[in-house]
Amino acid sequence: MATRIDEEIDVIPPKGVRPPIIGPGQTLGTVADRIGGIVLTKHTPIFWLMIVALAVALFGVLNTAIAYLLGRGVGIWGVNIPVGWGFAIVNFVWWIGIGHAGTLISAILLLFKQGWRTSINRFAEAMTIFAVMQAGLFPLLHTGRPWLAAYWLFPIPLTMGVWPQFRSPLIWDVFAVSTYFTVSFLFWGIGLIPDFASLRDSAKTLFVRRIYGILAMGWRGSAKHWNRYESAYMLLAGLATPLVLSVHSVVSLDFAVAVVPGWHTTFFPPYFVAGAIFSGFAMVLMLAIPFRYLYGMQDFITLRHLQNCAKLMLATGLIVAYSYSMEMFIGWYSNDKFELGLVHNRLHGPYSHYYFVLIFCNIIAPQSLWFNKVRSTPWILFLVSTIVQTGMWLERFVIVVLSLNRDFLPSSWGMYWWTKWDIMTLVGTMGFFVLLFFLFIRFMPAISISELRTLLPQSKVKE
Amino acid sequence: MTAEPIYGLMAEFENPTDLVHASKAAFEAGYRKMDTYTPFPVEEAAEAVGAHHNRVPLVCLIGALLGMIGGYSLEYWVSVINYPINVGGKPFHAWPAFIPVTFECAVLGASLATVFGMLALNGLPQPYHPVFNVPSFTGATRDRFYLCIESQDPRFSISDTRKFLESYHPLQVSEVPY
Repeated sequence: MATRIDEEIDVIPPKGVRPPIIGPGQTLGTVADRIGGIVLTKHTPIFWLMIVALAVALFGVLNTAIAYLLGRGVGIWGVNIPVGWGFAIVNFVWWIGIGHAGTLISAILLLFKQGWRTSINRFAEAMTIFAVMQAGLFPLLHTGRPWLAAYWLFPIPLTMGVWPQFRSPLIWDVFAVSTYFTVSFLFWGIGLIPDFASLRDSAKTLFVRRIYGILAMGWRGSAKHWNRYESAYMLLAGLATPLVLSVHSVVSLDFAVAVVPGWHTTFFPPYFVAGAIFSGFAMVLMLAIPFRYLYGMQDFITLRHLQNCAKLMLATGLIVAYSYSMEMFIGWYSNDKFELGLVHNRLHGPYSHYYFVLIFCNIIAPQSLWFNKVRSTPWILFLVSTIVQTGMWLERFVIVVLSLNRDFLPSSWGMYWWTKWDIMTLVGTMGFFVLLFFLFIRFMPAISISELRTLLPQSKVKE
Repeated sequence: MTAEPIYGLMAEFENPTDLVHASKAAFEAGYRKMDTYTPFPVEEAAEAVGAHHNRVPLVCLIGALLGMIGGYSLEYWVSVINYPINVGGKPFHAWPAFIPVTFECAVLGASLATVFGMLALNGLPQPYHPVFNVPSFTGATRDRFYLCIESQDPRFSISDTRKFLESYHPLQVSEVPY
């Protein structure tokens, strides 16, 4: 497959003209050849092997960190009194937030009939699933004894007769996250069925045809099947929309239900959801930009997609900026000395430099997205997304650590310092995420073939 | 022409417009047992072969109700009957606190019912189907559009149906063996 030079394709159109959703000259057949070609080719690209080798190495780091954790207990992490929620919860909230943009693209934009979402929904959904997998590791591991966590978290009938406490947001979280994972997986799975059938029919060897044949479950594109399939797809989108809003709302309630200063506020749910989508779009761009470049997919993921993601990132970033100002305002307006203490701790406390870096990353840097030039230049967009992603991690750090390290009693104030095991676990999950994502690109169609076809003029029935 | 029973006659079209014309005409000519095969959903084709409504939304609703009732009942039974714990004097039957889990269970039940209901109504997974016996049928997931009139239809006759299909300018008309 010939990779075209980036500059030739990413020509910024004149003012007032928007780039197309799909590049010129594509037909029903070429769509299948180009997207299916990534999967069906016998030639594995060198860059793929290099990225996967690095990701496997980091995955090994993750496994080492987990093995040592299980042997020694959570004491190897930096958590202690007063900061009992350290990296584990920061990373959990960060990863789960990243997943949210995938559902927004696949479900909410589908309901709003945004045709452009079609080229990016498949890998955004994969991103959601893989991010939720990383997120799920942390609550499990931070219990210290994951093999016992099953009955702490899930209602399992045991001879001990012990049950979870359903009035606690932590248990709501278990249900929200596990439902979110299941529904995202189902959504992704039914989207893949017609594409597996397409791969089955263009496979060159019997073995490959068998594998995709089994996965396609005998899909034959019957009108009656499509009719039910479309209904199911729209229903799942309708179900996933309130679900995704509920997931980060429930995550925020883990904080907001506690009486800790800085956490006990009513605006936490919308603030968390906006932040989640903000970081999620940053991740979509961080994946889409290298993917379209490495595989020459500029005809399917066009500048239009990058621009639209950037606009959504800007919009959610502004909501996040508003939330930061509200956080400060409420602290001041409450006239409560503990809330004022938190405001002081953020601005002048021992972690204040984290707070100022976070303000730069999440409020100042995204303002560059007002410029069309920035929105249309992939490498700058990648840079801004990386900054936002870092900022969103810092946001969760500030929320978790700064409220805990100085609470009501000055005698119990303390500092939180992470250990190398904390770092290894965080970096390890990044490697695991990249590993899953690149395996997905190699073995499954990363762009929805059947949905992309509906964007082509050839797919329209003429009267 | 063989004496062996066949599944039906399959016409291959180059674009969805021709397919929809032929399907509409076939419906008007009184054929009912037929289906179209397309690489992406063609709404007009589904309507032409009489697939207007389906029961997926009903299955979804049933799943949602079962999930909702199941989730709430579980919480009630655990928190009020089997394992009541007094936390700060709060009521055992704290219904507002039960809503998030009830909601999640409803969504979970509805989604599982929708996906598995859709697959079950479609009869998938299905390891064998006669339409795959047509050699050119691989185009159904690529860039070809097929209309198959089945031999089970009372109006079906190999010669007449073939003539009928050929009058709509298909690329080819083939017999579908069992």
